[in-house]
Amino acid sequence: MNVNQHTPMASPYGQPPPGYAQPGYSPLDGGYQAPYPSYNGPASAYQPGAPPQGPTRGPPSSAAPPVSAPQPYSQYSQGQGSVQNGPPPMTQAPQRPPVSQPYHQGAVNMSGPPQSSYPQHYGPPPTIQQVSNQMGGMQINAGPPTAARPGYAPPHSAPPPASTPYTAAPPSYSQAPPSFSHAPLPVSSAPTQPPLPPPSNAPPTAPPSTQQQQYYGGPTPAQQPYPSSIPPTSQPQFTSAPPQQLPPQPQFTTAPPQQPPPPSQPHFTSTHPQPPQPQSYPPSSYSGPTQPPPPQVSQALQQQPPSFQSPPLSQQPFSSASTAPPPAGPPGYAPGQSPRPPPATQGQFPPPPTSQPGAFPPTSTQSGQFLSGPMPPLPPQSQTQPPHPQSQSQPSPYHSGPQMPPMSMQQSNHMPPSSQGPPPPMGPPGPLQQQQQQQQQQQPPPPQPGMPAGYPPQQNGAYGQVRGPQPGYPGPYSGPQNYGGPAQAPGPAAQKRLDPDAIPSPIQVIEDDKAKSTEPFTTGVRGQAPPLVTTTFSVRDQGNASPRFVRCTAYNMPCTADMAKQSQVPLAAVIKPLAILPPDETPPYVVDHGEPGPIRCNRCKAYMCPYMQFIEGGRRFQCGFCSCVTEVPPHYFQHLDHTGKRVDCYDRPELSLGSYEFLATVDYCKNNKLPQPPAFIFLIDVSYNAVKSGMVNIVCQELKTLLDYLPRENPEADSVVRVGFVTYNKVLHFYNVKGSLAQPQMLVVSDVSDMFVPLLDGFLVNVNESRQVIESLLDQIPDMFADTRETETVFGPVIQAGLEALKAADCAGKLFIFHTSLPIAEAPGKLKNREDKKLVGTDKEKSLFQPQGSFYNTLAKDCVAQGCCVDLFLFPNQYVDMTTLGVVPVSTGGSVYKYTYFQAATDQERFLNDLRRDVEKPMGFDAVMRVRTSTGIRATDFFGSFFMSNTTDVELAGLDCDKAITVEFKHDDKLSEDTGALMQCAVLYTSCSGQRRLRVHNMAVNCCSQLADLYRNCETDTIINYFSKFAFRGVLNHPTKTVRDTLVNQCAQILACYRKNCASPSSAGQLILPECMKLLPVYLNCVLKSDVLLPAADVSLDDRAYLRQFISSMDVTETHVFFYPQLLPLTNLDSSSLPVAIRASEERLSKGGVYILETGLHLFLWVGASVQQELLQNLFGTPSFSQIDASMTSLPVLDNPFSKRLREIISNFRAQRPRYMKLMVVKQEDHSELIFRHFLVEDKSASGGASYVDFLCHMHKEIRQLLS
Amino acid sequence: MTTYQEFIQQNEDRDGVRFSWNLWPSSRLEATRLVVPVSCLFTPLKERPDLPPVQYEPVLCSRANCKAQVDFRAKIWACNFCFQRNPFPPSYAGISEVNQPAELMPQFSTIEYIVQRGPTAPLIFLYVVDTCLEEEDLQALKESLQMSLSLLPPNALVGLITFGRMVQVHELSCEGIAKSYVFRGTKDLNSKQIQEMLGLTKPTAQGQPGRPAAPQDAASTCRFLQPVHRVDMNLTDLLGELQRDPWPVPQGKRPLRSTGVALSVAVGLLEGTFPNTGARVMLFIGGPPTQGPGMVVGDELKTPIRSWHDIQKDNARHLKKATKYYEALANRSAVNGHSIDIYACALDQTGLLEMKCLSNLTGGHIVMGDSFNTSLFKQTFQRVFSKDLNGDFRMAFGGVLEVKTSRELKVSGAIGPCVSLNAKGSCVSENEMGIGGTTQWKVCGLNPSTTLGLYFEVVNQHNAPIPQGGRGAIQFVTQYQHSNTQRRIRVTTIARNWADAQSQIQLIESSFDQEAAAVLMARLGVFRAESEEGPDVLRWLDRQLIRLCQKFGQFNKDDPTSFRLSESLSLYPQFMFHLRRSPFLQVFNNSPDESSYYRHHFVRQDLTQSLIMIQPILYSYSFYGPPEPVLLDSGSILPDKILLMDTFFQLVIYHGETIAQWRKAGYQDMAEYENFKQLLQAPLDDAQEILQTRFPMPRYVDTEHGGSQARFLLSKVNPSQTHNNLYAWGQETGAPILTDDVSLQVFMDHLKKLAVSTFF
Repeated sequence: MNVNQHTPMASPYGQPPPGYAQPGYSPLDGGYQAPYPSYNGPASAYQPGAPPQGPTRGPPSSAAPPVSAPQPYSQYSQGQGSVQNGPPPMTQAPQRPPVSQPYHQGAVNMSGPPQSSYPQHYGPPPTIQQVSNQMGGMQINAGPPTAARPGYAPPHSAPPPASTPYTAAPPSYSQAPPSFSHAPLPVSSAPTQPPLPPPSNAPPTAPPSTQQQQYYGGPTPAQQPYPSSIPPTSQPQFTSAPPQQLPPQPQFTTAPPQQPPPPSQPHFTSTHPQPPQPQSYPPSSYSGPTQPPPPQVSQALQQQPPSFQSPPLSQQPFSSASTAPPPAGPPGYAPGQSPRPPPATQGQFPPPPTSQPGAFPPTSTQSGQFLSGPMPPLPPQSQTQPPHPQSQSQPSPYHSGPQMPPMSMQQSNHMPPSSQGPPPPMGPPGPLQQQQQQQQQQQPPPPQPGMPAGYPPQQNGAYGQVRGPQPGYPGPYSGPQNYGGPAQAPGPAAQKRLDPDAIPSPIQVIEDDKAKSTEPFTTGVRGQAPPLVTTTFSVRDQGNASPRFVRCTAYNMPCTADMAKQSQVPLAAVIKPLAILPPDETPPYVVDHGEPGPIRCNRCKAYMCPYMQFIEGGRRFQCGFCSCVTEVPPHYFQHLDHTGKRVDCYDRPELSLGSYEFLATVDYCKNNKLPQPPAFIFLIDVSYNAVKSGMVNIVCQELKTLLDYLPRENPEADSVVRVGFVTYNKVLHFYNVKGSLAQPQMLVVSDVSDMFVPLLDGFLVNVNESRQVIESLLDQIPDMFADTRETETVFGPVIQAGLEALKAADCAGKLFIFHTSLPIAEAPGKLKNREDKKLVGTDKEKSLFQPQGSFYNTLAKDCVAQGCCVDLFLFPNQYVDMTTLGVVPVSTGGSVYKYTYFQAATDQERFLNDLRRDVEKPMGFDAVMRVRTSTGIRATDFFGSFFMSNTTDVELAGLDCDKAITVEFKHDDKLSEDTGALMQCAVLYTSCSGQRRLRVHNMAVNCCSQLADLYRNCETDTIINYFSKFAFRGVLNHPTKTVRDTLVNQCAQILACYRKNCASPSSAGQLILPECMKLLPVYLNCVLKSDVLLPAADVSLDDRAYLRQFISSMDVTETHVFFYPQLLPLTNLDSSSLPVAIRASEERLSKGGVYILETGLHLFLWVGASVQQELLQNLFGTPSFSQIDASMTSLPVLDNPFSKRLREIISNFRAQRPRYMKLMVVKQEDHSELIFRHFLVEDKSASGGASYVDFLCHMHKEIRQLLS
Repeated sequence: MTTYQEFIQQNEDRDGVRFSWNLWPSSRLEATRLVVPVSCLFTPLKERPDLPPVQYEPVLCSRANCKAQVDFRAKIWACNFCFQRNPFPPSYAGISEVNQPAELMPQFSTIEYIVQRGPTAPLIFLYVVDTCLEEEDLQALKESLQMSLSLLPPNALVGLITFGRMVQVHELSCEGIAKSYVFRGTKDLNSKQIQEMLGLTKPTAQGQPGRPAAPQDAASTCRFLQPVHRVDMNLTDLLGELQRDPWPVPQGKRPLRSTGVALSVAVGLLEGTFPNTGARVMLFIGGPPTQGPGMVVGDELKTPIRSWHDIQKDNARHLKKATKYYEALANRSAVNGHSIDIYACALDQTGLLEMKCLSNLTGGHIVMGDSFNTSLFKQTFQRVFSKDLNGDFRMAFGGVLEVKTSRELKVSGAIGPCVSLNAKGSCVSENEMGIGGTTQWKVCGLNPSTTLGLYFEVVNQHNAPIPQGGRGAIQFVTQYQHSNTQRRIRVTTIARNWADAQSQIQLIESSFDQEAAAVLMARLGVFRAESEEGPDVLRWLDRQLIRLCQKFGQFNKDDPTSFRLSESLSLYPQFMFHLRRSPFLQVFNNSPDESSYYRHHFVRQDLTQSLIMIQPILYSYSFYGPPEPVLLDSGSILPDKILLMDTFFQLVIYHGETIAQWRKAGYQDMAEYENFKQLLQAPLDDAQEILQTRFPMPRYVDTEHGGSQARFLLSKVNPSQTHNNLYAWGQETGAPILTDDVSLQVFMDHLKKLAVSTFF
């Protein structure tokens, strides 16, 4: 209800965009919307293409004319949509677009097939339905969806309730909804739909709708299927967003999703126009779908929209169904699709407070269906439909398709809810869709029949959602308003109105993506979104950098600055240049171009890469970035083959791969001298606190073994990294550990005001040559300072010392500083305690994030110039001014590790593991990164741990395998859709063996001139990565409230732009989200609630500063889990795979369960108060809940499968994350649960952060304001 | 009283005092006309084995600003200097004609008291070692240092600072890991900073402000200065592990040597821990300071270290700055009673010119050699720790010399290894000679031969004659820390008769001590030379000489041949002649460092040694009789003689042409030429005797006719025969010297001419 993700819609469009698609799509969307309320909107957005389509497609045209083009598009779009859902598909889809048209048909068919697939998915479908039910219920079913789904089926039967359900749904939303919705949906869908459809849509839509429906149905079914895979989530919640739903569902995306689907459907329809087949399919599918539609009036409508196929009619019907209003606008699309349906639904549902809901649901469902549906359908369809040229395109869709199915499933789920309500009206359309689905698979027939069971539910669900949403929304809205505050309103009202299960579920999206990402991801296709970061997949480098190295926010960049500005979607890439690849993937090859160095473009200096076009028989090459023509040096000359490729293309990594390395020549070295091997310097605080906490002892003991694991490139050889040791308190102690000495010598430097290195020879030594002396030293250090009374420490001089040592040795290197306290001793960089919590929340709060004085900034600059990377291990017992201490590490590409109240017994393991990893991890030194791009865009802003002395070069004293840099791009000209947008990230660094190298990552993305394409191909996780970094930097200069508002605002603009331009028209009360961004609100809410932006009272300033700095170098994987923790139920650990995560909300926790929650920084084991004794016995070796020792940091080693498996899971988690996570056992009702609750990010937070539901409502309100 | 010779000798033996005039002219005017001022060479710690120190406190004149000690009869005694009447203290109650306290016996004009009050502080030896040495040199130095540990009294505190590019202060009390504090060689730090960085500042929490911690505290807390007996092994190992400065020295560069900072740290360390306690900073350097404050020359080898030529052309960039820096350091050190020795061993200059004040002002030694791996250094260094008959070191610390005069006299100044304490008083003359303006000087490092030149001014007006038979009195009060850590006060009281210069000029003339006068004038000359241009000083000396000759010579006007000088002045012109040629005033052929080195020793040695420096001694060995002193003249260089020349700094054995041939022929190995062997051996034995006792050990040169080293001899002797006059003189004896220098004969001729000249 709430959140319809257009994804489906968008995706379809996105891909279709190509020429046709976009317009078509947009039209589609528009169509949908148009048909529905939103129609116009979309149309306008798409107008270019859309207009024509709109009209044409709109209703009939889409069918006919659009058919060819639009359809393809739509298909694609759908496919894309699905793809979007599943990244790959999208890309494929896009490409295919051309073909797609034919495909579209296929796609359409696909949609049918999908549905069929859905049926196959049935299992899922039900879920979808459930989802939809949920949707219907509240739209919020997301999480529950699955469960709901099952339930749904039954519910379906229940359908009748539908109508009631709807209304009821809202209330039930929270939980019941699902069932209700399901029940209602199904039932209603089946029954109601029929009835409904008839009323509003039914008649009109019926015929046309059929096609549309088919589409829709296809979609829907597809959606359902998809949903299961991807769509589900999207659809149900946001996906459904599809314009159509949007309009109807306005409030909730979920509905929209469905609607989106509709759009897609429309497309489909249009594309499908091929309808014939679709129709044929549709019929069958429709039957299925139809049923759903009917119930879900709106959905149905939406679906119907798809039915557009049947053309306008259907759409109209839909539109009418959804909401009569749309009809007009939508003509083709919207109308045809869900829009109308919504009306219908509305009409029907009207009761369900918000027709919107109805609309939404439908839309959502539709969208869901579409999205997912399209995709999956496409594939299947294409396959099935092979006949159609589209089939080809479909194939791609198929890929996505498979995924899609799930999507559809979800979508369907969502859909269902919405649809449920609407279904009735939609009924007809629904059938169509179903028919399509059926056509595709069993669905057609089953659909209807199944519908009740599976599809119907979905639709129903969709409708239900719609309804839900509607009702919910109101509440939500109010909630949102409150939002500013805690978003309390949502509380009761929301609950009543919004079912958490009906709103987009991250878990669903993640699971769907996992399900569809079975094939290795190949990077050869431009603009193809990779699987989500939560998905395990393998990569084949075929010319673009692996997503492990580069992830973009949008794989389809707007061509013009205006578009970019309009959409407000950030254009950014998160680059992790030295990322470690899994063992089965080859690390970048090293290329040696010999004496003259790497071949580069004469003008822009881009390095040789696959984008360089060889011309004139291979004598010259044209730069893909700046188009400058450069002579090929004789030694690099090679003939071209008949396709214009160099004959040796595949022999040379730089001509065929996305990532590779060049050996740099002397010209690339500082002072034109080949670099020395780097050095590691360990600087250990030996003040009273450090000694007392046991830190000194631990570090010294550990270093003895750690020195054997210094990084090296050749595992056989000894590391060439030299080491040095310094201890310090108020003064610094250097150690001469020259191998020839019998005993180490300590050199005290008290002149901290003007730091210098007292010795050269003997300070930095090769470990093997000085092993004995070093060991002797490490043995003696703890003794020497055992009785120290010195409590004051310095910090600035410590860094200076390391820096000077590296300078003296003329090498780059890394400092490991183990520090405990605020440096108050008289010395440069002395800090005063400025902890003042009263500033929190005021305009002066930003000063807390700004370092004291400029000393450390200057120092950082010097460090960077020398290639001195600083890693800081902090062991504070009180305020240490993390902000200031972190300046140097952050600016030099280093890391900060913080162990507050460090105690040897409990924190040793975490610290040592962090230390080990930090020492051992591969890294580059003295690095410079430069991002070059196609003419038209420019890298304008960079986020991460580094220093910049000019606007283009990112200087990193050290760059390790965990560090990511987020780069933001801005237009400075137009991009071309033909060439896409290229970027090349070149990192010049010194390897740990002292070799100077250049690592090059190339990335090409598509460009689009249609917003829908943009929205179809975004990656929310990456956007969140960007947003968080952007916001966390923003707090330096603005009050946190301003920063939060800015984020919310931009997010609202993004979604509003989509709603306005891409989604099918729907009532304003409907929330429509793009499929690929349907999680944006939930994730954004997590960012807004983070300790940095909205600290709870017990969060120290240091912690906030620490997090702020820490996030700046996180990659997408880390930010994702950091902001949306992974919460796993530990009920059944039998299988080799991880249990499916649940949403991070207290509601999801069962008293009888044990859960594990992981954020990348924290690891909790939550034990319910009434866990079975057996489980406790297995886990803790004690049968009593009260006997569990909550202070344990590791689980007892017990010889039972459960314990083994759990420990294995934990260790796997730890292995995956750059930081070792200390296990914290949380007993329910225990005081430590407060901490744990902080990470249940979908709930309201103690600091006043809104719950997901509340925030969604708030967001919706914002969007509505923008739209009005 | 017999002859003045005997009187003078007796006075020197008893009191270590040699006056230029032993009768004092009774008025200012007359005194001025005597040309050579009333002045004396005073050796405060002249070894007096026959003088047992007394165990009680001296009796002081009660007038606050007088404080003259001792003297005199009855239960009331009158201060000889201010005429204040003082009662004897109770302890003198038993005083009587038969039971006189030592002060009152005439043979005890010098008396030494042992002060019982106050804590005794151990001796402190702080080694400051340059590590920018050749491996061989460093090894030799390390061995010498290790050896020296065995020579130190067990309770002496010892410390070690090493420097190269950085300055390291080694902590000696630690177990296990050798620990040192490092200072950057380029940064000038003040004393407080240094102490803070060394962790020597005490938490000021409970300390009573203004009251420095007792030395004992410091002794137990200062980790850098530890009793030898406790850290003997540690330090030996530490020295053994000393490495050459590890910082790479690029081609064409000098090693970076932070001598300035090292000294600053040493001074700061002692300042903070043991102020006003006897301490010796022993600096060992193998080259010039090349960085940081006190830098003498840059590290570019292409820039040579300054020469006299550069200095005259004002081309020595670092000279003034460095000198100023070291002077400041020296003054700080002097204030705290710490002396600084410089042991410089290098073939090139090491910056002694700039650093000389460190030793000059604090009474430290300067030793200059070519390498630490020479016996010159090793022996000399060992001799620093030589002991007297009582088994005490021949060194004393923290001396304060106070001079009191009766009211007809005032103190103009002192020249010697001392610094002014700026003690104003009634007996301070406005007319400064040497270091003036005070009645007290600090002589941080003393040994039995340390001699100061003290200059006085007769202030009695001509129209206020002193009663016949009146005596002027001067009292030298020297407080010092004996090497056995006792505080002692040695008081020498001198009295001389006044004489009316108009009526008793003959008496005054006969009381002239020409040796002392020559040395005292030479000190004045050297003192001037330090700050003035060489030629000006020579001219001044010449003028003084001529005026003296005019005053006391017997001649007919404008008749040079009639010129005669009395016996008591007869040698004086000759001394002046050699002085003019000496390295103390002539910088030609000497590097600035060498000049500084020579001057350093000249202004601190006693009269005998000083005279040797001015006019080297030449002994001749032949078959014709026992060794005999011969004229320092080219005419003494004969083929059949062996010459032994002692210039104080060099000991040259010169084999005449014939002797050299015989020796080459190996006659000495033949039994029948045993006598020849003995002849050859004789100068060696004599030389050995000198080598054994002299500090610093002279450069020992064994050469022969035509040998390159013969230049040492040839440059010293009076060039009576040169290539210019060789044939004119027609003599066959002697060896011509290839020089354009004037000979003594010519010098005398000119002197006579000028002395008798009316117009001079």
